[in-house]
Amino acid sequence: MIKMNGIRKLYATGKVAVEALKGLDLELKGGEFVSIVGPSGSGKSTLMNIVGCLDTPSEGEFFLDGERVDQFNGNQLAEVRNKKIGFVFQNFNLLPYATAYENVELPMIFAGAPQKERKETVTRLLTRVGLGDRMDHKPTELSGGEMQRVAIARALANSPKLILADEPTGNLDSHSGAEIMGIFEELWKSGTTILMITHDPNIAKRTKRTIMIKDGVIVTSLNGNGNGSSSHE
Amino acid sequence: MINSLLFVRLFWRDLRANKKRMTLTLIAVLWGTLSIVLLLAFAEGLKAQFAENSKGLGEGILIIWGGQTTIPYEGLGKGRRIRFYPEDLQEIQRQIPEVEKVGADYFNWGTSISYGKKTISGRTNGLFPSFETMRAHYPMPGGRFINDLDMSKRRRVAFLGDRMATDLFGVEDPIGKVITIDNMPFTVIGVQVKKQQMGSYSGPDNNKVSIPATTHSAIWGNLRYNNLVIKPRDVNQAEFVKSRIYEVVGKRQKFDPKDKAALSIWDVIEGQKMMDKIMLGLQVFFGVMGFFSLSIAGVGVANIMYAAIKERTVEIGVKMALGAKKRQIMGQFILEAVLICGIGGLFGILVAQGVCGFFERVDLNNEALTWLGKPTISMTIGLVTVTILAFIGLVAGFFPARRAASVNPVESLRYE
Repeated sequence: MIKMNGIRKLYATGKVAVEALKGLDLELKGGEFVSIVGPSGSGKSTLMNIVGCLDTPSEGEFFLDGERVDQFNGNQLAEVRNKKIGFVFQNFNLLPYATAYENVELPMIFAGAPQKERKETVTRLLTRVGLGDRMDHKPTELSGGEMQRVAIARALANSPKLILADEPTGNLDSHSGAEIMGIFEELWKSGTTILMITHDPNIAKRTKRTIMIKDGVIVTSLNGNGNGSSSHE
Repeated sequence: MINSLLFVRLFWRDLRANKKRMTLTLIAVLWGTLSIVLLLAFAEGLKAQFAENSKGLGEGILIIWGGQTTIPYEGLGKGRRIRFYPEDLQEIQRQIPEVEKVGADYFNWGTSISYGKKTISGRTNGLFPSFETMRAHYPMPGGRFINDLDMSKRRRVAFLGDRMATDLFGVEDPIGKVITIDNMPFTVIGVQVKKQQMGSYSGPDNNKVSIPATTHSAIWGNLRYNNLVIKPRDVNQAEFVKSRIYEVVGKRQKFDPKDKAALSIWDVIEGQKMMDKIMLGLQVFFGVMGFFSLSIAGVGVANIMYAAIKERTVEIGVKMALGAKKRQIMGQFILEAVLICGIGGLFGILVAQGVCGFFERVDLNNEALTWLGKPTISMTIGLVTVTILAFIGLVAGFFPARRAASVNPVESLRYE
């Protein structure tokens, strides 16, 4: 699903160039449920942005679903984000003036899906995350857990191969967080590949593989049972 | 494209979020549209009024006076005065088939015109029946103009200018009444309809008395006409007709047809063409002024769009993350700018319509307003305004939209 070789990302901040990723290699197979952990400034978010095709690497190769995407232009990347990736953000990022239904519908509108198909899919997805009766509610009328469920439904709208979740439980209480993790596990079981950034070791434990990043490189990759490889600089 | 309901809601949210700014922007667009529509409408009214007023003198005619020769011809020296005789008119009509109508004027200044105890010193003209249509001497209902029988029988009948009729008769109906001109009785057969007359020679038509040319000639013994009035069949043949008149009259009165000073021709047709051009120029000028005025409103629209983009940075980032392409992001902002222009413009056109409606209802007794005419919003003005509004909306939306589409999704998702 994901294959990255020697990914480097340089940010020019004034006269100083900061290297956020320093030749990172990563491989994710289809159907995996992986968490990325690491301290602040380790390069987690940069990695997520590149994996999510929101940003491109300064160097290295990046294959997503068999396609080399590191050289893609803006519109090609938009196409990849729309069709192959579903985003779930820590602060939900729902459009405040749109209903739950309209928020979920949005990626399908960008994909040019016909209205009948949109209606069918949005209704099915919102029902699946337990919000079949709250489709007309605006984000302000929903709880944090409900908003995140809308965001998950939105991430699934175009049946993406990969779900990218950035601290999806970070703004939720433990009960709602557990519910959301339950939904992710269900999704994984149904075959969706999930890559999740988290600070919470308990959340990381519920994924099937945990990758630790430090100073822009992967330092350890552990399976859910604690086995795995580690590489140090 | 964003679905329409969502788009309207988004627009509504922006409207509420920036109430004051949006209101001011809409007022600016309204004002700009109002000024462009009114400028064009007044120009249109002025044009129509000028056209109407120029009809007062007569449409498509040539008015000809005798001049003085400047070229010696067939043994005759230069400086000879040329005057018109009935034979000139007959020859023009006989030899120039391109001429549709002919006529001539006799003048008599300072005649004493009386009805009852009222006496006015005024002008009495001897005219041809063709003046009714050529020189717009149309009678009011109940009356008529001089006809061929009046001419052949040298009847003592009089056709009054409307002001002359009012001055002599007040509210009384003049038709059938007998007036005296230099103590000779004349029966009033008609009163001229009120008309605006932009050009005139020897005074306006509304304060003169017209009698048959033959009667005039018999009473005052004029041998020569004061001037001729000729109407070509086709306005496009006016130049040809003019040159033929030089030839025909030149041959009869022995002057060189190339001697332009021998005759003096007032080409009303040319004047009307010139006036059309001036009016078109005026309309273009007004249109350009209106365009600039509306452009300022466009700056306001662009300004509010830039503000909206700043406020919606996160939203733009989210949409990009969800796979919106550049054109989809741009389309929304351009459409919004066009919508602002559309709403402001619609109200502007409605207010302009109201202003024009007001002018339509009021009776234009004021002399200045009579010349200004009534502002009219034509289909063309509507189309021009809508096109300019759409153009300004597109331009005002394009640049902010381009900025929106160039937002870095990573940066904007971090932006709060």
